[in-house]
Amino acid sequence: MLSFIGRSLIQKTITLFFVSVVSFLIIHLAPGEPSQVDPLNPKFTPEMVERFQKAFHLDRALHVQYLYFYRDFFTGKTVSWKDNQSVVVKIWERFLNSLPLFIVGTIITWTLSFPVGIRAAIFRGGLYDRSTTFFSYLLISIPGFFFAYILIIFVVNHFHVPVIGMETFGLGEASWWHVVMDRVWHLLLPSVLGATGGIAVLSRYVRSQMLEVEGQDYIRTARAKGLSPDQVHYKHALRNALLPFVTMFGLILPGLIGGSVIIESIFSWPGMGRMAYEAILARDYPVILTVNFISAVLVLAGTFVSDLLYLVVDPRIRL
Amino acid sequence: MNSTVSASVADTHLAPKEGRFEQFWQVLRENSLAIAGLAIFMVFFCVALLGLVLTSGPEPVFDPALVRLQEKLRPPFSSPHIGSLQPEEIPTLGIYLLGTDDLGRDVFARMLQGAWVSLTVGFVAVGISVLIGVFMGSMAGYFGQYRIIDTLIMRIVDIMLCFPSFFLILTVVALLPASIYNIMIVIGLTSWMGTARFVRAEFLSLREQDFVIAATALGVGHFRIIFRHMLPNAVAPVLVSATIGIATAILTEAGLSFLGFGVPPPHATWGNVLSDGKAFIFDAPWLTFIPGFTILIVVLSFNLFGEGLRDALNPKLRGRR
Repeated sequence: MLSFIGRSLIQKTITLFFVSVVSFLIIHLAPGEPSQVDPLNPKFTPEMVERFQKAFHLDRALHVQYLYFYRDFFTGKTVSWKDNQSVVVKIWERFLNSLPLFIVGTIITWTLSFPVGIRAAIFRGGLYDRSTTFFSYLLISIPGFFFAYILIIFVVNHFHVPVIGMETFGLGEASWWHVVMDRVWHLLLPSVLGATGGIAVLSRYVRSQMLEVEGQDYIRTARAKGLSPDQVHYKHALRNALLPFVTMFGLILPGLIGGSVIIESIFSWPGMGRMAYEAILARDYPVILTVNFISAVLVLAGTFVSDLLYLVVDPRIRL
Repeated sequence: MNSTVSASVADTHLAPKEGRFEQFWQVLRENSLAIAGLAIFMVFFCVALLGLVLTSGPEPVFDPALVRLQEKLRPPFSSPHIGSLQPEEIPTLGIYLLGTDDLGRDVFARMLQGAWVSLTVGFVAVGISVLIGVFMGSMAGYFGQYRIIDTLIMRIVDIMLCFPSFFLILTVVALLPASIYNIMIVIGLTSWMGTARFVRAEFLSLREQDFVIAATALGVGHFRIIFRHMLPNAVAPVLVSATIGIATAILTEAGLSFLGFGVPPPHATWGNVLSDGKAFIFDAPWLTFIPGFTILIVVLSFNLFGEGLRDALNPKLRGRR
């Protein structure tokens, strides 16, 4: 157990190092420099470009730049090139905005997928099963931005509530109930959109897991000894079918920072995804690299947690 | 001569009654959703080819870039005001089949042009990713006994999987000069990891089988064994994931176009028709709904066909009838 933890920690650190090198290279080998973003700006004199390059070590060799960048990164001193704000502070603010979207989206995904998937598996081949199958393909195939507009038109026309942004501007004297409902409406659409793909994939996965367990011998035994269908389905089958999903708790970690770029842009939601998008537009390399690094850490941490959970819940796995 | 004799011998004694393809087709035919997907895909393919022919060249039949400012935001099926147009500006069909956009361009012509873009982006990107994935996966699987090759390739896969894919694609596309080829290449380069993983898994189990050992004993070279003997046996999951990969690539391209990083104007794609139309969503909803539903239907057809393919190629399901 300990040796497993040690080995995978070492492996993941090495992977992380290469990720940092690759992302640094991708950004710096692309044509165009951050100092050239606005060549027509009369305030951007050659002296300023030079000072800019000196301040951020852009005149040094690539590997020296790399060392400087990650030294600043690990001491938390990285600053955005756009506004000189600390990157950590910036990301933390945006992260707090994205967090509610992520939490509500995850709750919607997990609470909807399980009942749908289990029911589809129990009534395999029936009308319910076939229609949910088709519906989940529909949800996977619909472009997120198009679905967003359909939902916006629907909600705005039928409920007459504003949905763009995080809250309605200028609600100063409204009652607290009004303010809360306003927040809920603004939160609902982007989180539902964030959850659509997840619902489709997860409910299919639940269904196939359930079907696999239902085909096992011990389920037939349970039926043969006269247990009620409910007990067979929910006590014997479901408990074993749930096993792989425990490990998926680790795999949702990367979603924390993934925050959809497209959905956040449509809804003008000041979250992580939109910040990353703005940073790309402005060639704000420190922000791009930091977001990339943090998301890589989350991916690696997620797989690590899911491996560990698998060890804990499944006694058949011994290392 | 020799081959016909051996073929007839095989027919009478050894070969199963149905060929592999007939078996496959039998299973696929029962899946009506997959057949519908295949039909839509074929229609889409023809439309895209037609679109390329009819909208390109110096004097295209349908001109997707022709601006008629006096005819802007006309709804679908409306006929043009003949009096206010120059003779060459009158739409080829006599009506605006799918309406016009905010610059008076014919949406039908733009959608036709966009079909070809979506098709090529899908196929070229997936082609690149399948080539890389199959090569990496087969190397890692076949040379699995040399730890170093296997470990190296699988670590590269791990590293690539650490990048958030849409964000990575967006970064690279935004930093590189805008062009349709960059988009295809970048989508292809960032989506081969899944293919590599299951080709490796397939190869690890195939390597132990008798026909591979026999080929090795006959002195067949490594690369001939990999590409002539083993790869045809590992091709089923590759086909399935390629079909679904095309759907994903079309969606990614539409998303990039929507954010303004797609194919540069004036070239029309479904993503940027939709993105241009979003400002007029209440006045001219067809500008949003026509490209949106088109993307939805095409992507859905690829997904349904891919899933049907997965079932039809699965040997466990084949014997069930």
